Amino acid sequence: MKSLSLHMLLALAAIVAMAMLSLTIGAADMSISAVWRGQGDDTLILMASRVPRTLAIILTGISMAISGLIFQMLTRNKFVEPATAGTTESAGLGLLVAVFFLPSAPLIVKMCVAAVFAIAGTVLFLRILDRLPVHEPLLVPLVGLMLGGVIGAVGTFFAYQADLLQYLGIWTTGEFSGVLRGRYEILWITGVLAALGYVFADRFSIMGMGKDVSVTLGLNYRGVMWLGLLIVSVISAVVVVTVGTIPFLGLIVPNIVSRMMGDNLRAAVPWAASLGAGLLLLCDILGRVVRAPYEIPIGTIFGVIGSAVFLYLLLGRQSHAVR
Amino acid sequence: MIRINGVSHQIAGAPILSDVTLTLPKGGITALIGPNGAGKSTLLSLMARLTRIQSGSISFDDADVAETPTQELAKRLSILRQDNVLTARLTVQDLVGFGRYPHHKGRPGPTDVKLVNDALQAMALTPLRTRFLDELSGGQRQRALVAMVLAQDTDYVLLDEPLNNLDMRHARQMMIRLQTAARTQGKSFVVVIHDINFAAAYADRIVALKDGRVLATGTPAEIVTPAMLNDIFDLDIVVQQIAGHPFALHQIAPPSTQ
Repeated sequence: MKSLSLHMLLALAAIVAMAMLSLTIGAADMSISAVWRGQGDDTLILMASRVPRTLAIILTGISMAISGLIFQMLTRNKFVEPATAGTTESAGLGLLVAVFFLPSAPLIVKMCVAAVFAIAGTVLFLRILDRLPVHEPLLVPLVGLMLGGVIGAVGTFFAYQADLLQYLGIWTTGEFSGVLRGRYEILWITGVLAALGYVFADRFSIMGMGKDVSVTLGLNYRGVMWLGLLIVSVISAVVVVTVGTIPFLGLIVPNIVSRMMGDNLRAAVPWAASLGAGLLLLCDILGRVVRAPYEIPIGTIFGVIGSAVFLYLLLGRQSHAVR
Repeated sequence: MIRINGVSHQIAGAPILSDVTLTLPKGGITALIGPNGAGKSTLLSLMARLTRIQSGSISFDDADVAETPTQELAKRLSILRQDNVLTARLTVQDLVGFGRYPHHKGRPGPTDVKLVNDALQAMALTPLRTRFLDELSGGQRQRALVAMVLAQDTDYVLLDEPLNNLDMRHARQMMIRLQTAARTQGKSFVVVIHDINFAAAYADRIVALKDGRVLATGTPAEIVTPAMLNDIFDLDIVVQQIAGHPFALHQIAPPSTQ
């Protein structure tokens, strides 16, 4: 137990170090020492762009990792995440609908519309899951990808008809370069939801053992299911509206954590949060450094790294997920 | 006391249980026996509220299964089902620890720790406590699941084929452990057992189901007889008395019919 908390401290130290590094990197010239000396321009860049961006990355990393973890408990399947099960696409469709019908509404209202769509899409996915045989775990992500494809196609068609195609890019590719003060604050909602995920960690763990065990242990199975659904859908909606889709994050982080320390969420949630934030910070730093002063979208970087890690997890020694 | 009153159940129009009425006194081991498809698992599942009761009623002491809040029932009765597909990757001690959830709701105290340790000890799992379930053999996993049910520490415990996958040593140990808990703590076990001789040796009473009906209820001496077994299983079985227990030599056909 003692060495465990030591590891946790090391992980937190690494995240703080990367966050500091992240603050100092960027296209505009800025130095921390100049801020210290009280130079106005540098202070403005730091407070209006760099700090919001780094906070947004950390919040997104934490909340997407935890939403992936909860989603895998909801579906009892290790091969799915909100982005491969129609949730993200539904949120995107909701955003398009909101932009079309309520173009002048504030971001938070658009986010709420996206959340409602995300919930509906996730419920649809879970309904379909009920009809799939339990012993075919690989069917679940396939069906999720198909459902996501169908909903995404509806979104594209709608965007095409409504002349909103440029909005598609917002949620298909995750990007932090547009994050500024005043445009990221609703991401704090995901922080609250992620904390809620930790508070209810035991219940989600029990839910992950299936309906019979849940009922035997006196858990309000439907209630916990809905809570999980709500957390996952709203996190997806907020991230889609503010940052865009970051593929694989919600998939690989829970898988790595599950392999390291199992599915007891009380222990797994802090690690998933650290790993999610750390990986996303790392990828964002890479994206800004590789072709500086140009920037590679974080969704692209994470897609490359994430798919490689996922393949390793799939093909690597005896996949636990298959069981 | 468990009262099962006029319970009938259908699945897709096919009758599974027909007007089952049973009264089981508190304390002791009740073995539920019968051929495949007799309705044993369905009855257990209805008793544990895992399946909604279609007609009739079931109650444990004064608690009616259909009307008592599920959190309340979780402190009174626990169940181990026959087919447990656990996809979650948990350690043995985490799994058994969740058995205490109905009592501590996420904040385990000293009593919870002690009962988990006792359950691990009883199922001979203490050396395996930090292992993950997917690193265990079938029999070890079965013992872990039973330990979880024991840790729940309920007055009534329903076990659907708890001896599945167990070797002779662990099967005997488990039955002895159940018997001890029944005698010293007054616990009531309802156990589906396929090995009739385990039922004969350890059960206080045997309930025989066939085609969804209660065929017979009685002590092992009353049920484990060639005539009765023939009624239940449609099989000629030689029964001998060994060490004070009736033993059914069901593996071999009686000499006369060979």
